[in-house]
Amino acid sequence: MELLLHQVMAGLATGGIYACMALAVVMIYQAIDHLNFAQGEMAMFSTFIAWQVMQWGQPYWVAFVAAVVLSFIGGVLIERVLFRPIHNAPVLSSLVAFIALFSILNSAAGYLWDYTIKTFPTPFGHKPLLAGLADTHEAGMIGVTLGLLGLLYLFFRGTRLGLAMRAAAANPESARLVGIRVGWMTALGWGMAASIGAVAGMLIAPVVFLEPNMMLGVLLYGFAGAVLGGLTSPGGAVLGGFAVGVIENVAGTFIPYVGRELKLTIALVLIVAVLMVRPSGLFGRSVVSRV
Amino acid sequence: MSPPADDIATKESVPFVAAAGAAAPAEALSGAATGWLAGRHLLIAAAIVVAALMPFFFKSFVTFQLTQVMVYALAILGLNILTGFNGQFSLGHSAFYGIGAYTAAILMHDYDVGYVWTLPAAGAVCFAVGFLFGLPALRLQGLYLALATFALAIALPQILKFGPLEHWTGGVQGLFIDKPDPPFGLPIDSDQWLYYFTLIVLLLLFLAVRNLARSRTGRAIMAIRDHPIAAAAMGVNSSLYKTLTFGVSALYTGIAGALGAIVVQFVAPDSFSFLLSVSFLVGLIIGGIGSIPGCLVGGIFVLYVPNIAESISRGLAGAIYGIILLIIIFVMPSGAAGFVRLANAWLAGKWRPNPTARSTLGQPRR
Amino acid sequence: MKQVTRRTILAAAPAVLTLAAIPARAQKKYGPGVTDTEIKVGNTGPYSGPASSYSPVPKSIVAWCKMVNDQGGVNGRKINLLSYDDAYTPPKTVEQIRKLVEQDEVLCTVGTLGTPTNSAIWQYMNQKKVPQLFVATGATKWDDPKGHPWTIGWQPNYQSEGRIYAAYLLKEKPNGKIGVLYQNDDFGKDYLKGLKDGLGEKKSMIAVEASYETTDPTVDSQIVDMKAKGIDVFVNTAIPKFAAQSIRKAAEIEWKPLHILSSIGASVGATLKPAGFENCKGLISDFYLKDPSDPQWKDDAGFKEWSAFMDKYLPDGDKLDAGNVAGASLAAMTVQVLKQCGDELTRENVMKQAANLHDVTVPMLLPGIKANTSPTDFAPLKQVQMARFTGERWELFGPLITGAVT
Repeated sequence: MELLLHQVMAGLATGGIYACMALAVVMIYQAIDHLNFAQGEMAMFSTFIAWQVMQWGQPYWVAFVAAVVLSFIGGVLIERVLFRPIHNAPVLSSLVAFIALFSILNSAAGYLWDYTIKTFPTPFGHKPLLAGLADTHEAGMIGVTLGLLGLLYLFFRGTRLGLAMRAAAANPESARLVGIRVGWMTALGWGMAASIGAVAGMLIAPVVFLEPNMMLGVLLYGFAGAVLGGLTSPGGAVLGGFAVGVIENVAGTFIPYVGRELKLTIALVLIVAVLMVRPSGLFGRSVVSRV
Repeated sequence: MSPPADDIATKESVPFVAAAGAAAPAEALSGAATGWLAGRHLLIAAAIVVAALMPFFFKSFVTFQLTQVMVYALAILGLNILTGFNGQFSLGHSAFYGIGAYTAAILMHDYDVGYVWTLPAAGAVCFAVGFLFGLPALRLQGLYLALATFALAIALPQILKFGPLEHWTGGVQGLFIDKPDPPFGLPIDSDQWLYYFTLIVLLLLFLAVRNLARSRTGRAIMAIRDHPIAAAAMGVNSSLYKTLTFGVSALYTGIAGALGAIVVQFVAPDSFSFLLSVSFLVGLIIGGIGSIPGCLVGGIFVLYVPNIAESISRGLAGAIYGIILLIIIFVMPSGAAGFVRLANAWLAGKWRPNPTARSTLGQPRR
Repeated sequence: MKQVTRRTILAAAPAVLTLAAIPARAQKKYGPGVTDTEIKVGNTGPYSGPASSYSPVPKSIVAWCKMVNDQGGVNGRKINLLSYDDAYTPPKTVEQIRKLVEQDEVLCTVGTLGTPTNSAIWQYMNQKKVPQLFVATGATKWDDPKGHPWTIGWQPNYQSEGRIYAAYLLKEKPNGKIGVLYQNDDFGKDYLKGLKDGLGEKKSMIAVEASYETTDPTVDSQIVDMKAKGIDVFVNTAIPKFAAQSIRKAAEIEWKPLHILSSIGASVGATLKPAGFENCKGLISDFYLKDPSDPQWKDDAGFKEWSAFMDKYLPDGDKLDAGNVAGASLAAMTVQVLKQCGDELTRENVMKQAANLHDVTVPMLLPGIKANTSPTDFAPLKQVQMARFTGERWELFGPLITGAVT
């Protein structure tokens, strides 16, 4: 029983990372109606920028703000320069653009900053909590994720700008007809998503160590968590992320013999099983199409 | 005038989103058919002759590269059947490719089966797996289906490395395959023989898909993609066709995998990662979704563009690859096939005779 | 006695003249890719893709050859090292190697990286009789002179390292409960096998075998699991990122087992510093190369030579990355083989000389460790030395251990 508790807690700790990423994934999805495969690399690149700023002697908070602001600008630029020209192309063509962005950012980061792992500081420290099952940083990470979630919820539900963004993503034609500048809404959505990604990256790097390939696995798990929770539900995505972390740990420890080497497979199989029962994710709304 | 069947991508052929703007309108094709496309069959025959002569003009390893291009083209064709024709999104085709490859490898390595027979075996195994996977996939749409297929792509390497199965799969060390010799003592070397073998298989399978596309079944499959509810209302058994399509798609990619294993003579779990799925998808999009000849363009892309990127800058090879991808997708948003279509339409517009208007020779048509 | 006629003298004349023209040294014999001024050598490695963190190995091989060329080359010939990217995917390796052999016509390949990638070209290289020198992987199978006479290994193989840990444990902690962390691929599994084989009947000492994938974000849960199960000996064969994570997590949860790190994950700069030096006291590992971030080598001649090489020929290279040490050392050994060939630069002679290394050293090998090969022994480096981390540097102890696994 104690082992189960240990694994659940450890799973929640790693799940915090996935939840953070899943939130960023769903946020971008809500803003631009695309799944951003390059989200992880953008987050990683932003974190490297923050690291570089600290290498140049600036304190953590300056670097943090610099990374968030530069990421916002970067996100807007990416939307304007890369995705605007092809927004009329078939949907899958933009997938190629995402893959290209992934490739460019990953390669550039390796070229600029090498592959040796780097420590990234955290304002929360690394003191153990709950008899070593979690630490202060992980608790802080979960706190910030939930805080972000709350802020985003308020933004999208409670402000006019948030409403305008949702409208632009859901139905660009009608949104234009009511006077919403759809192009700028999309750019804003990209900027916000890039900033959220930067925050996610700066929360995750202290746990996993900063290096160019740090986000690939995280993105895949985050994606799984987002889909499990439902792509239309940010809260669901966060829960999905935690769930993925716990499932992976518990499956790895308790499913005899197989669990050890097939951890990821089992986790994904379970997620797919859940999707069989709820095809739009646990909390997602199914899209009703009119004939 | 129905559009040429090779080029399935019509205005409606965009997965998920019906209206896609830049896809060429069907009207342009009717005019084009009277233009140089009428020589289409001649073009295809010429291409086949050139392909047959190529091994004699190039070194062995170029023949090897071209054989791999054909293998990838076949794998992309499999993905095209599912995504292009039927609108179901898959990130998992590296799994079918890998299953096909390992089926061939295990049969040849452990059971001394002749390499020719491994192809139908791989096809059959993958059809079964694809069909079985298609059943639960019926309930999933779009990105949710993407995750399910992605799970498949991640699972395969892990299963291949799994301890208890090592006896068959060779585990992380992989399996070696002997190179087949040319039959009947033909005066060509192994590489050239494999090239021709792959070419023959490719042509047969391309022909099969073309016929499928033109048949009732093909139209049903495409109807499901374009308007699933309308198709069901017209009596098309959506579930059956969707799972069958999954099976056939997996079959094609599985045969490609088997061929790939024979050509490379080695299989290892690391060769079949999720990134291979992404390569297939990129190749499909660059070639043109729904286009059969586009698959060859996709195959060429998957093999040669990383080499080109590397020759430009080894340290930033990945970044150069990304930039090339972006340039191509900006210039040809609907892939190579879309580009060809647009070019045809533009040319046809220039050359269509219009007796009532002033001579518009040389001027772009309004 | 045979009549010496004019005819016989004339017939003999060209032979006499030729004999007179030949200088004192041996006749020049050239294989593919060799001229009076150049030797073409091939290499593949992961410059892109998920294994790109190993790209310093091929990069440093290329740079070292450039340095040798600037210093005059090998016996007056420059090394033209052609290095291609294979993204760590076996089919791509086959393609690039075939290009090197069939189009570029290289004399041999050197330092090709990775086990599955080298496996994919193993048969081809041996069928085509092209020397596959010093493969940059620690798998055991490369030492196979009978079956694969054209392939030669390089580093002490992983299984023998595993056995060395087993021997150490049987002596130091014969009643320990062992937990192993290993990467779920060929190199990780080889370590595990070596450890198990070395423990023999006491295999049951291993209570937990925890694997990880390189795409896993952390290994924290494996560490937590081991502590919960009462493990008191931790054999950690992870690469630097995960080794550092495990050291830090262990310290966080106040778990202090006998912690053995493999040579892969033992770099001061790449693993221990991020993990926190105070958490690393007492760590045990084994070395065959000098750790460039370890202060004890600061004034060592070999280190200084390597450091100067990095400054001039790989200024953007990371001096903390062990890949740069491995590549440079591998290249230096290749230069030795080519030197030994003299003017007989054929593929057969290259292989003969590669199987004829006697007590060869290169700058970054640990003092005392030498490379030796023979026609029945294709494992150049077999020795390692164990070390304990003092909190600042690795303190070498004990004798040089030879971990031969055939």
